Amino acid sequence: MADTNRGLVQGKTGPWEMVIGLEVHAQVISESKLFSGAATGFGAAPNSQVSLVDAAMPGMLPVLNGHSVAQAVKTGLALNAEINLTSVFERKNYFYPDLPQGYQISQYLQPIVGEGTIELDLPDGSTKEVGIERLHMEQDAGKSLHDQHPTMTYIDLNRSGVTLMEIVSKPDMGSAEEAAAYIAKLRSILRYLGTCDGNMEEGSLRCDVNLSMRRPGAALGTRTETKNVNSIRFVKLAIEYEAKRQVQVLEDGGRVVQETRLFDADRGVTRPMRSKEEAHDYRYFPDPDLLPLVLDPDWVEEIRKELPELPDARKARFVDDFGLSPYDAGVLVAERETADFYETVVTSESGKRDPKLAANWLTGEFFGALNRSGIALAEAPVDAKKLGGLIDLIADGTISGRIAKEVFDTMWESGKPAAAIVADQGLKQISDTGAIEAIVAQVIAASPKQVEQFKAGNENILGWFVGQVMKASQGQANPGLVNRVLRAKLS
Amino acid sequence: MAPVASGLTDLTIAEARDALAKGTLSARELTEAQIAAVEAARPLNAFITETAEQALEMAEASDARRRAGAAGALEGIPLAIKDLFCTEGVPTTAGSHILDGFKPPYESTVTAKLWAQGAVMLGKTNLDEFAMGSSNMTSYYGPVESPWRRPGDDRPLVPGGSSGGSAAAVAARAALGAIGTDTGGSIRQPAAFCGIVGMKPTYGRCSRWGVVAFASSLDQPGPLTRSVRDAAIMLGAMAGHDPKDSTSVDTPVPDYEAALSGDVRGLKIGIPKEYRLDGTPPEIEALWRQGIDWLRHAGAEIRDISLPHSSYALPTYYIIAPAEASSNLARYDGVRYGLRVPGADLTEMYENTRGEGFGAEVKRRVLIGTYVLSAGYYDAYYNKARQVRSLILRDFTDAFGEVDAILTPTAPSEAFAAGEKMDDPIAMYLNDVFTVPASLAGLPGISVPAGLSANGLPLGLHLIGRAFDEATVLKVAGVLEQAAGFDAKPQFVAGGR
Amino acid sequence: MAVDRATVAQIAKLARIRVPERDLDALAGELSNILSWIEQLSELDTEGVAPMTSVVAVELPRRADAVTDGGYPDKVIENAPESAHAFFAVPKVIE
Repeated sequence: MADTNRGLVQGKTGPWEMVIGLEVHAQVISESKLFSGAATGFGAAPNSQVSLVDAAMPGMLPVLNGHSVAQAVKTGLALNAEINLTSVFERKNYFYPDLPQGYQISQYLQPIVGEGTIELDLPDGSTKEVGIERLHMEQDAGKSLHDQHPTMTYIDLNRSGVTLMEIVSKPDMGSAEEAAAYIAKLRSILRYLGTCDGNMEEGSLRCDVNLSMRRPGAALGTRTETKNVNSIRFVKLAIEYEAKRQVQVLEDGGRVVQETRLFDADRGVTRPMRSKEEAHDYRYFPDPDLLPLVLDPDWVEEIRKELPELPDARKARFVDDFGLSPYDAGVLVAERETADFYETVVTSESGKRDPKLAANWLTGEFFGALNRSGIALAEAPVDAKKLGGLIDLIADGTISGRIAKEVFDTMWESGKPAAAIVADQGLKQISDTGAIEAIVAQVIAASPKQVEQFKAGNENILGWFVGQVMKASQGQANPGLVNRVLRAKLS
Repeated sequence: MAPVASGLTDLTIAEARDALAKGTLSARELTEAQIAAVEAARPLNAFITETAEQALEMAEASDARRRAGAAGALEGIPLAIKDLFCTEGVPTTAGSHILDGFKPPYESTVTAKLWAQGAVMLGKTNLDEFAMGSSNMTSYYGPVESPWRRPGDDRPLVPGGSSGGSAAAVAARAALGAIGTDTGGSIRQPAAFCGIVGMKPTYGRCSRWGVVAFASSLDQPGPLTRSVRDAAIMLGAMAGHDPKDSTSVDTPVPDYEAALSGDVRGLKIGIPKEYRLDGTPPEIEALWRQGIDWLRHAGAEIRDISLPHSSYALPTYYIIAPAEASSNLARYDGVRYGLRVPGADLTEMYENTRGEGFGAEVKRRVLIGTYVLSAGYYDAYYNKARQVRSLILRDFTDAFGEVDAILTPTAPSEAFAAGEKMDDPIAMYLNDVFTVPASLAGLPGISVPAGLSANGLPLGLHLIGRAFDEATVLKVAGVLEQAAGFDAKPQFVAGGR
Repeated sequence: MAVDRATVAQIAKLARIRVPERDLDALAGELSNILSWIEQLSELDTEGVAPMTSVVAVELPRRADAVTDGGYPDKVIENAPESAHAFFAVPKVIE
């Protein structure tokens, strides 16, 4: 366990270390549920995606979805983890209205996936390896709506029975930043695999934060669990609040109570969950309606062979093959669609485009336009081919970088390709030395005072001259050439 | 009470099938006679819900099908259904207050198969609450009375349980046949008490989908009939793989009727020494020896065998079954169906609903089950019980290396009086001492009426077979039935004897 | 093994079954009785014996990932003691 990287919280009496473990519940992408044939889509009318099995009617029995198993195995392999060829479904028994059976079918002593690792990309460009403890499959619960009626809670079982992968990390993280990086990387991997869409707002990725505080180098303290945090930002806030709270308790001579808490997003605090006040005895036992799950090693190998290139590997390849900085490569590979888009731009039919130029344009102007428009990459009016076309015109000097920005904006609004816009608006960069000399001569003739200043030793006035030439040429003069000609004429 | 038309209700399923096929009897006539019998049998309280109107509709439809040239294996046969099977649109109670008002919007696989073969539903029979019991005294709908009485003694007797209503209905001629479930003996023991045939198939032979679950690794649907042939006919219709039940086994269903050759020459019958218990009445021991003689005379070879862990079967069962039940019954919480008793908050609502909705025996078992699964006790009880269960299965596997079927008594006593054995739950549990081991091992078992006690009450003999070898079990049972020639009728026969 | 009334109350709580105070002692007695009886299993040496997972010796079947069920909210709700706008309704839970 990498203890050396832990961030420290300064308390009244000295520094404290955070010990953080994360349990992520990821909803598996599948047509139907883990043990029933009902649909899994988000946002359907209440109880319209509920089978008799999901509603736990008398006499109902579970039947395992083979695709859910494959998704879990795929995810385990991508986390460099052990696949347990024999695993067992167990019942976790407790009462709650969104748990119709009165038990959740989960895995306890023998999960489908064992220990693995995940590499975090930290903001300073460094990486850190964090351990995965296990991954198991379990049923999701339904939804309780507490705010629809003054005295009643409404229950919708649409989500009840959807396949969840519970991914448990080792307590290797030491700061809110590391926790955020963990979730970001895990989410990225899941989206690359197509095993979970990682949509935290819709609840397809939820995070439980286990946190305890200790003096550097001391034994582990008592931890609390903050459940169902549904954004990376909230995870960071919850960690920061909870760390401070625990330090305060400990420095006041108290003891941290091992309990389950909720993050209250409105007030930015964690507080104990009322319904979990009593200690739970889940009385796990193997589900007698299901036999042990036995996997064929050849089948697992087939899945391994078909794994897509994952973010870390892709990032390394972008650094090696395209000469990008690890940071830039990291930004491009975070989302698979972005990385795919980028590679399409770089590897055109006519040959490789400048990877750094392409990277700058994608992460700069393009991402900017996407954010302003509030749309997803797949909906962008400028596709990879069109962006490539624009980059080609910059690379061969047809237009300057500055003009390219205007062209891009027009491409975004009109959907037209760059070449057409440049032609229509006559935006070709003027690189004809003769034409530039003519404009420079005009500007020099019209500005005797500034010429004097230049000759008197004011180098900075050159910029003013460049600006005047650019204005006179409607910005189409090749700036590099303008500079050279001006210097020549003014000397 | 008016006598029932021409002994129709006394027919076996096989006899009715022949008459219906010949056209000397219509499904409507047969069902009408049976409906009258069901009404006449009301003093026994064998039925919770009678479905006379639906039965007549089904009988009419059956006659129409027959006219069109189609006839299923149970075409036109009126049957009673233990109220543990979910029947679409028909109240299903599991004998419990907690399922008040529940009408399933679905049909269990086994009953759907019966209707697909043309059978007619007379109604839902009474049972021990959630199938937990050996006397049918624990139903919310009141106890079932056996149609048998000791001559000169007017105390009501128990029909056995938990499928007491089904057994009583068949014995009293209020149904030609019935289905029940057997978890530790709940078909076989009431069949023995009521002088009829009752069979528990191999675990996984019949689908559990739509059967209110008691103990998932033990529950098995099965037939209760007045002859071994009838049991074979019904089993053929009930059995088969169901993809909706992950513990249902995909293995072909043989022609069970064809297996009734009557020829057991060369078959080896095992007699387990551990089933000789002090305290078993001598007449039951005697009947057992008589059964051995019958089979020997029929050409079977008798072998002494040992099933060394037999004495641990009952305690093993009473750990595993309650544990599974405590989890299976968690869904009865007043939220989605059945009884809801209000409370100040959700927890109180749960506690009130389950406190009022469950009877005393169910509560006891749910609490035992909760306890043996709880932290700190899991290894000592539940895990240990599963280990012993492996040993019990191993005993049988070893024995079946030597023999083809095992013969034991079905029950350690004749039917007892209503209200007896109610003070000590364990006394009640001991009723299943001979039937439980086969349940734990998942093996097929059948009870055949073999004789009468000194008090004139039925006694049964019990056969256990290899997994999925119901054919051999039925064959040997048929020979026992033939040899025993049991033709006694209960004191109460619906519509008169 | 004897269970006392406090244990019975605890188990009843876990099982969400109301047991009136006046019944706790009698129930503790009954349960203790049953537990003592089932305890005879501890006499057996089960060292090295695998706990039985299932009597059926088949593999856990897996089904294809297709939507074959659900889409009948009326049926799902029709037996509910209390419901509203296709939701199940229970006394409010405060988190």
